[in-house]
Amino acid sequence: MTLSATSFQLVADLVRRRSAIQLTPGKEYLVESRLLPLARDAGVDLETFVAGLRTARPDVLTEVVEAMTTNETSWFRDGAPYQAMRRTEIPRLVEARRGVGRLRVWSAACSTGQEPYSLAMCLSETLPPAMSAEIVATDLSEQVLERARSARYTQLEVNRGMPAQMLVQHLRRVGTEWEIADELRRMVTFRAHNLLDTPPPGPFDVVFLRNVLIYFDLATKRGILDRVLRVLRPDGVLVLGAAETTLGVHDGWERVTIDRTSVYRPLGAAVTTIPAPREPLAATGTDGPPGTSLPRGPLTAHRTGHHAGTPPTAVRPTGGAAR
Amino acid sequence: MRALVIDDSRTMRRIVAGTLEGLGFETLQAEHGQEALDHLEAGEQVDLACIDWNMPVMDGLTFVTKVRANPQWRNVTLMMVTTESEHGQIVRALAAGAHEYLIKPFTPDAIRDKLDLLGLVPVEEPA
Repeated sequence: MTLSATSFQLVADLVRRRSAIQLTPGKEYLVESRLLPLARDAGVDLETFVAGLRTARPDVLTEVVEAMTTNETSWFRDGAPYQAMRRTEIPRLVEARRGVGRLRVWSAACSTGQEPYSLAMCLSETLPPAMSAEIVATDLSEQVLERARSARYTQLEVNRGMPAQMLVQHLRRVGTEWEIADELRRMVTFRAHNLLDTPPPGPFDVVFLRNVLIYFDLATKRGILDRVLRVLRPDGVLVLGAAETTLGVHDGWERVTIDRTSVYRPLGAAVTTIPAPREPLAATGTDGPPGTSLPRGPLTAHRTGHHAGTPPTAVRPTGGAAR
Repeated sequence: MRALVIDDSRTMRRIVAGTLEGLGFETLQAEHGQEALDHLEAGEQVDLACIDWNMPVMDGLTFVTKVRANPQWRNVTLMMVTTESEHGQIVRALAAGAHEYLIKPFTPDAIRDKLDLLGLVPVEEPA
C-alpha cells in the first residue's frame, strides 16, 4: 500500500515537532514500514491509524515518534570506524590522557545499545590496565534505552554483525537470549537525551554520532555539531555515519581519513598521531584456528555505508584486501 | 566468488544459496560433509563454505577439521550455519577452525554482515 501525501505530511509534522527530525518526501516507505506494526496492533489500516493521530492520546503520539526515530542497528556497524578507533584513535588518546587515566565516550542516538556495547568491547581490548573508560550512551527514546539497559539480545540481534569470537568472549547465554558481560555493562551509562538539548556533561574524548544527522535539516545539523564541539576535547574525535559529513554543514571540523574511513576532529587541534602496529587487513583463512588470536573480524571489515530502510541497490562481492 | 553450501535440508540450502547468489556468488551444494569434501577433492575452487553442524554421513565439525588439516584448502573461509547455539558449541567450532558462526534462524542481512566480517564484502555498484 502507498501512504497518501496528506497522511505522510501529518506524520512528518508530528515527528518534526517532537524530535526535529525531518522526514522529506520520498521517506513514505519509512513511515509505512515503521507504523504498519502499530496500525496492526490497533486493528486498523495504516491510513485510518494515521488519521486518528490528530486526536490521539499523548502516549500514542510518543509511540509513533519513537517508532519513526528508532534506527536499525547492528554490532560494529560498518566495521571501519571501529578499526580506526582501535588502530589509531584509542592509542593516540590513551597517550594524551596518561595523566587522567580515563577516556570518556559519548554514544549519541545509541538506540538499543549495540553501538555503546561494541565500543565497550573495543575499549576493553585496547586500553592498558591503568586506563579506564566511561561511555555515556543517550537516545531520545526511553523505550529503546530500557532495552539497552537490559543488555539482553535475541539470537537474531546477535547475528547482526557480532563476530563469533566477540560473542563467546563478551556475552553469555541466558535462556534463548544473550547477555552482555557485567564488566562491559559497568562501562556504559544510559540516559535519555534529545540532540536538540544541551549535551550530557563533557568533556568527552570520543563522540559517536552515527546515522542520525541524515534525518535533520541543515540548521539543526549545524546546531547539533556546534553542541558536540563544545563538549568534545580539542584533541578528541567525532565519528559520523558513512553517509554523513561536517563538510558544508559546520566549518569547525577537520576531516581526517584513517584507512578506509573518515573521522572528524575539532579544527586547529594539535594532535600527535601515535603509530599503531599493523594488523592483517582481513581474515585470510591462512593463519590457523581463529580461536587463537583477537582481535579480528569486525575491526578489519568495511561496508559501503547505507542506513536503515535503504538497502544498497545492486550488490556484488569483492575480495577482501588480503585475499 | 564461489560458495559451497552444505546442509542436509534442501530448503535451507536453497535459502542460503539464494542469499549468496543475490550477493553475486556462484554456489554449489552438498548434502553432507563427505559430499562437500568430494567436491573439494575433485578440484572445485571455493572461497567460502557455509556449513550446517548436524548432518548424516559426515557432520559439519568433522568437515571443518578435515578442511583445516589440508593446507591446500587454506584459502577456503569456513562459516558454520547451524541451530547449535550453545556457547560451548560455538567455542568448539572456532577452535576447530571455523572463521565465523551464524546461528539459525537468521535474516539475509545477517549473512551479509558475516561476509563483511570475513572480508567477503558485497559492495554497491556505482549508480
